[in-house]
Amino acid sequence: MMTADNVLDGNAAAGPLLEIFSVDLTAAHGRCDECGRVCALAETVLYNHAPGLVIRCVGCDAVLLRLVDNGTRAWLDLRGLSYLQIDRAQ
Amino acid sequence: MGFFSSGFSGRGRSDNPDLPPGQYLTESFPVLSAGPTPRIATDDWEFTIATETGKVHRWNWAEFRALPAEDVTTDIHCVTSWSKLGTGWRGVSLDTLFSGVETSAEFTMAHSYGGYTTNVPLDDLLGGKAWVAFDFDGEALEPEHGGPARLLVPHLYFWKSAKWVRGIRMMQSDDPGFWEQNGYHLRGDPWLEQRYW
Repeated sequence: MMTADNVLDGNAAAGPLLEIFSVDLTAAHGRCDECGRVCALAETVLYNHAPGLVIRCVGCDAVLLRLVDNGTRAWLDLRGLSYLQIDRAQ
Repeated sequence: MGFFSSGFSGRGRSDNPDLPPGQYLTESFPVLSAGPTPRIATDDWEFTIATETGKVHRWNWAEFRALPAEDVTTDIHCVTSWSKLGTGWRGVSLDTLFSGVETSAEFTMAHSYGGYTTNVPLDDLLGGKAWVAFDFDGEALEPEHGGPARLLVPHLYFWKSAKWVRGIRMMQSDDPGFWEQNGYHLRGDPWLEQRYW
């Protein structure tokens, strides 16, 4: 994986994702559609100095998730995830 | 308008004719990035234009730098609302790069090292409006700002000025790029405030 400045770990996406979903998606596990790595979204790499949020795979840098929010509409692109595993509260 | 005046009469965004609607002035040069910064050695760099017939025009760094270059002073406008006025660049005009390219396609997709894409109508690349820039402020363009070379299409929002550009592919239809697939406007004219769909 290439090094990068100005990135955060996926934990920092919790707030923007909570505005879209009713659960904290950073706790969900996602599978990278490119390399197959499975990890919690909180453990991914978040690029937020951009026109939207971009979450990339910690293993191969592939884009897992894009979120653009203009205040009145939001666009969520999950193409880079082959699944999201969301554990229900017991 | 309230009864009281603040007493200040500084130039706000509304009375600066160089600022498109909704933009504010910055003196810095913020770095926006949707991914890790590619470090491309000029020995490994190439730029291509691929037409709808499958013909590919190629330039390596030496061939590219041997083309006539121009100094460009221009304002730039980022969709995240900052504008920077009077920036200085040096680059090769897209008119030069397209001079030997035969195409009837009206649209293009710019491709970057690192995988970024952005769609730009061909009309917005030609006619002295766009460059592949390799210097900024008299210095080689730094990787954080898109070096060794980036697209410079300053009359559109700056997400169209693809950093680390590696090629242009001609398209028959205006297919959306990386941000245009997710809410951002297909063309992105800052004076029309074309930020989103």
